[in-house]
Amino acid sequence: MSEAALSLANDPGREVASSAIGTVPVTLTINGQEHRLAVEPWVTLLDLLRERLHLTGSKKGCDHGQCGACTVLIDGRRMNSCLKLAVTLDGSEITTIEGLGQPGNLHPLQAAFLEHDAFQCGYCTPGQICSGVGLIAEGHARTRDDVREQMSGNLCRCGAYTNIADAILEVLGTEDRE
Amino acid sequence: MIRFDYARPTEVSDAVREGAAEQATYLAGGTNLVDLLKENVARPTRVVDIGRLPLAEIGETESGGLRLGALVTNSETAYDSRVQERYPLLSSAILAGATAQLRNAATNGGNINQRTRCYYFYDVATPCNKRNPGQGCGAIGGVNRIHAILGTSPHCIATHPSDMAVALAALQAEVRVTGSDGERVIPFADYHRLPGEEPWRDNTLKPGELVTAIDLPAERFTQNFTYLKLRDRLSYAFALVSVAVAMRIEDGRIAEARIALGGVAHKPWRRLEAEEVLVGRAPDRAAFDAATEVLLDGARGHGANDFKIPMARKAIPRALEQAAAGTPQSQTDKRLA
Ligand SMILES: Cc1cc2nc3c(=O)[nH]c(=O)nc-3n(C[C@H](O)[C@H](O)[C@H](O)COP(=O)(O)OP(=O)(O)OC[C@H]3O[C@@H](n4cnc5c(N)ncnc54)[C@H](O)[C@@H]3O)c2cc1C
Ligand code: SF4
Ligand code: FES
Ligand code: FES
Repeated sequence: MSEAALSLANDPGREVASSAIGTVPVTLTINGQEHRLAVEPWVTLLDLLRERLHLTGSKKGCDHGQCGACTVLIDGRRMNSCLKLAVTLDGSEITTIEGLGQPGNLHPLQAAFLEHDAFQCGYCTPGQICSGVGLIAEGHARTRDDVREQMSGNLCRCGAYTNIADAILEVLGTEDRE
Repeated sequence: MIRFDYARPTEVSDAVREGAAEQATYLAGGTNLVDLLKENVARPTRVVDIGRLPLAEIGETESGGLRLGALVTNSETAYDSRVQERYPLLSSAILAGATAQLRNAATNGGNINQRTRCYYFYDVATPCNKRNPGQGCGAIGGVNRIHAILGTSPHCIATHPSDMAVALAALQAEVRVTGSDGERVIPFADYHRLPGEEPWRDNTLKPGELVTAIDLPAERFTQNFTYLKLRDRLSYAFALVSVAVAMRIEDGRIAEARIALGGVAHKPWRRLEAEEVLVGRAPDRAAFDAATEVLLDGARGHGANDFKIPMARKAIPRALEQAAAGTPQSQTDKRLA
């Protein structure tokens, strides 16, 4: 984050955030680190992550909510970051693929993706993994059918779906594996 | 995307004041509006973020129903234990729509106010009476596979894309709104409208009015119901034809039946005459076919969407059978029950 962005964002006591075309101060906790930013209202969370914070793990596939490559966790819930305006998220906690785990200290689902060969080109993978982590936290999936339906928001052009479902089922700890 | 300014009120009264300004628009989950902003279809000068308004709760109504706050998300609504137990039709329809991550962001107010998915509406290089009144309709005589077969006008043949709204129509919900003139309650059947001479109006909200809640009546339909959605792929696709059925069977006869269709009109399609055909009859195929004919009376294709008529003619009796048998369509295992 730039120093300029930091210095623009010191208005802690505001009641109603409002802007006449310009920037809005926003505080986001991203992967455990607090960022105080000044953001134009039309900037999406995905563009903020990628272009300003250089967290390029979250991918831009379609930019229209149609592929899931941009999926991140916002206050623990999976959402498409391409359809969220960053200004609306003031005070939120965001977890991207970079925050789930790191080489040598992988999240169990990251490890399961490796073990099950759940990707080919890897472009959809960060979104798949964030979505899978969200799915597990939601607790509505038991069977393979459940996992496939609840992962339908993540497209994979390489067609790694079977192995993606295997990886998620393993971490879910359910028996319904084929 | 055009440039706009931004407000984030925390009280309904402030939001309504902000929303009354010319060219202001409300932003809830953003899953539809942000898309339309990117396409330059939505061109507000001010975006009023309603995400911090105190409208994010589900509670009981005085008449024994449930009040769904406008800002409760689609996921929270579908998985709420009260909704699941008392209005399983609504849970089912919500879970038939979009994806888990979209439903986590999408709100109840945003869902019923989402705009059509008509390709021409989305493409500012083409004519569209909904986007630019008077320009003409690109879909009439154009590519219209997803378009309406009922209640169209010479000015617009768009459909309303919501699944949730189809269930709300069958459940006879009410929409609570607040505007600068105060509060009012709109019966669901009168909320969305047909395109007629004014295709730019999706619904009967007055400019600046804010949906604050959706009320579900006491009547529940927990035994005989279904939401059957037919689409191009089994998940993550809008309905080509969908059917919501809520039915009450007493002593082997249909005491009450409600049928609402999605994907076929500018609003969830109900026709009370079709429902009356069923009352007092045994729940059998002959009765279901008779109701189907009345429901689809006057249906007309526009070329690429002609297939929706035979599709609906099969889907409606099938959904009625599912409801009558107490075997609602699963939204996970997509095999037809
Ligand atoms: C790829 C994709 C697939 C989808 N598939 C389906 C599907 O299969 N079935 C389905 O039903 N839906 C589907 N959707 C649509 C989704 O359900 C809607 O986008 C969502 O419900 C809109 O809610 P929101 O809170 O995000 O609304 P927003 O995008 O914030 O707002 C939508 C509109 O409603 C207005 N609005 C919002 N809240 C209020 C309020 N309280 N009072 C007055 N006006 C308000 C806004 O001004 C805006 O015009 C899909 C969306 C995408 C992107
Ligand atoms: S069908 Fe309606 S929304 Fe589509 S191009 Fe015609 S006028 Fe526009
Ligand atoms: S980039 Fe967000 S869903 Fe495709
Ligand atoms: S691994 Fe290539 S798109 Fe999924």
